[in-house]
Amino acid sequence: MVNANTGSFELEDVSVAYGNEIAVAGVSMTVPPQAVTALIGPSGCGKSTLLRCLNRMNDEIGGVTVGGTIRLDGDDIYAKRVDSVELRIRVGQVFQKPNPFPMSVYDNIAYGPRTHGVRNRAELDAIVEHSLTRAALWGEAKSFLKKHAFELSGGQQQRLCIARALATEPEVLLMDEPASALDPISTQQIEDTIAELKDSVTIVIVTHNMQQAARISDRTAFMLRETMEAPAALIEVGDTRTMFTNPSDPRTEAYITGRFG
Amino acid sequence: MSRVKRARMMESLAKGIMGIATLIVVGIALFLLGYLAYRGAPSVTWEFLSQAPRKAMTEGGIHPVIMGTVYLVLGTAAFALPIGIMAGIYLSEFAPRNLWTRLIRLAITNMAGVPSIVYGLFGFALFVMSMRLGVSLIAGALTLACLTLPVVITVTEEALRRIPRELRQASMALGATRIRTVRKVVLPAAAPGIVTGSILGLSRAAGETAPVLFTAVAFFAPMPSSPLDQTMALPYHLYIMATQAVRPAPHVVWGTAFVLVAGVSIINIIAATWRSAQRKKIKW
Repeated sequence: MVNANTGSFELEDVSVAYGNEIAVAGVSMTVPPQAVTALIGPSGCGKSTLLRCLNRMNDEIGGVTVGGTIRLDGDDIYAKRVDSVELRIRVGQVFQKPNPFPMSVYDNIAYGPRTHGVRNRAELDAIVEHSLTRAALWGEAKSFLKKHAFELSGGQQQRLCIARALATEPEVLLMDEPASALDPISTQQIEDTIAELKDSVTIVIVTHNMQQAARISDRTAFMLRETMEAPAALIEVGDTRTMFTNPSDPRTEAYITGRFG
Repeated sequence: MSRVKRARMMESLAKGIMGIATLIVVGIALFLLGYLAYRGAPSVTWEFLSQAPRKAMTEGGIHPVIMGTVYLVLGTAAFALPIGIMAGIYLSEFAPRNLWTRLIRLAITNMAGVPSIVYGLFGFALFVMSMRLGVSLIAGALTLACLTLPVVITVTEEALRRIPRELRQASMALGATRIRTVRKVVLPAAAPGIVTGSILGLSRAAGETAPVLFTAVAFFAPMPSSPLDQTMALPYHLYIMATQAVRPAPHVVWGTAFVLVAGVSIINIIAATWRSAQRKKIKW
């Protein structure tokens, strides 16, 4: 099940433009496999925009152009022969607000595998159990697999969404502020889940909670849009502990010590 | 008087005036339905519903008239629902947002505002004459479908728009194509709104006289046995009995009106109740 040493990203001079306006420019960094990489920075600094480049969800918004090169395990994901559908099987995403489908817990998780051709009931049962286990929801969920997903609490719904994303066995899981709409206990559970998952899947998480980034990530990238006229840029990227104890850029230090943002 | 007191008084006054306006609307509706039931309900017997007219339509029932309207509405649904729903899905989920689609939407809005008699003339020119369908059930159904299409397209688009964007993103992020996302996630969630809105549109078509006037109806026709037959229909029957009958038979007129309004109301109430029950099940 574990994808040994796969799921690493290399970003080279990546830029994103909405129409004529350049939102993010000149981002070069690597995302190591089977580790948690956190993208931090104040609101509007292009964290989510950059995240959406990694599974090409920006393609679905009209008028977005992505420049530079993004490689997943060495292959350019914006190459002509790459189909975004295939890419998204390898790179899953969990969104800010829990967004389960209006169907049963089971059908939510089986959605991805079914989309990609799994029909066998026993196989689906196994995938559902395995995915829920990985998302730390199996203990609670095995009794309500047939229940409508909307009957779950917010925290359970978000873990259901994590399980749903894991069901296609992605190498990378993108998380866009996955706990920002949840209470502290649910946030704790999500963070525990992330810690468990990072042995088997690469995680890139956007958060503007710096304590969260410090707690859960191995690597941190700090982004900033310094003026409204200039595009957002990557200020500093490195080992999380170093970033939080001994940042090399004064702007990073100012941000993590809470002087702005 | 203090400023707050004056503001409060203005508020009460405004509330009162708006309340009265609402009461007037309710009053008109209740009076209309009540008077219709009072005059029409006594004529509605099993015989009235199940038998053909006799003695120049002054006796007997209106069974072929009812069936004519049922067939017309079913035919309208057969044309308007697939085309309208597919167009609505395309406009909401696939079409780019540009000048062309804005023009298309404008055209659809304008289509909804065209008087029904114009649809009647259009249907007569196109379906009856050019396509040589003659005055027939199918020509009437096609004409009513043209009238109903903008309603179906609009309710489909609106029902789809109510579905949160996050659901589409979740599906796309799992590697589903846009069409699969629509089929498996968006459409099932929007179905109650689409079905109910379409039924309301169809029930309006059931009560239209002008579009079928030149395209489908006859003063007196037996039960249609093929789509190319002429037919009778409730609204036209009402019109003809009230204005053109040689020997007036008020009980037939009131009875027909009551059957039309009651039938349409019952279908509308069922549709609206079903939709609100479905919506209660799914809370965003």
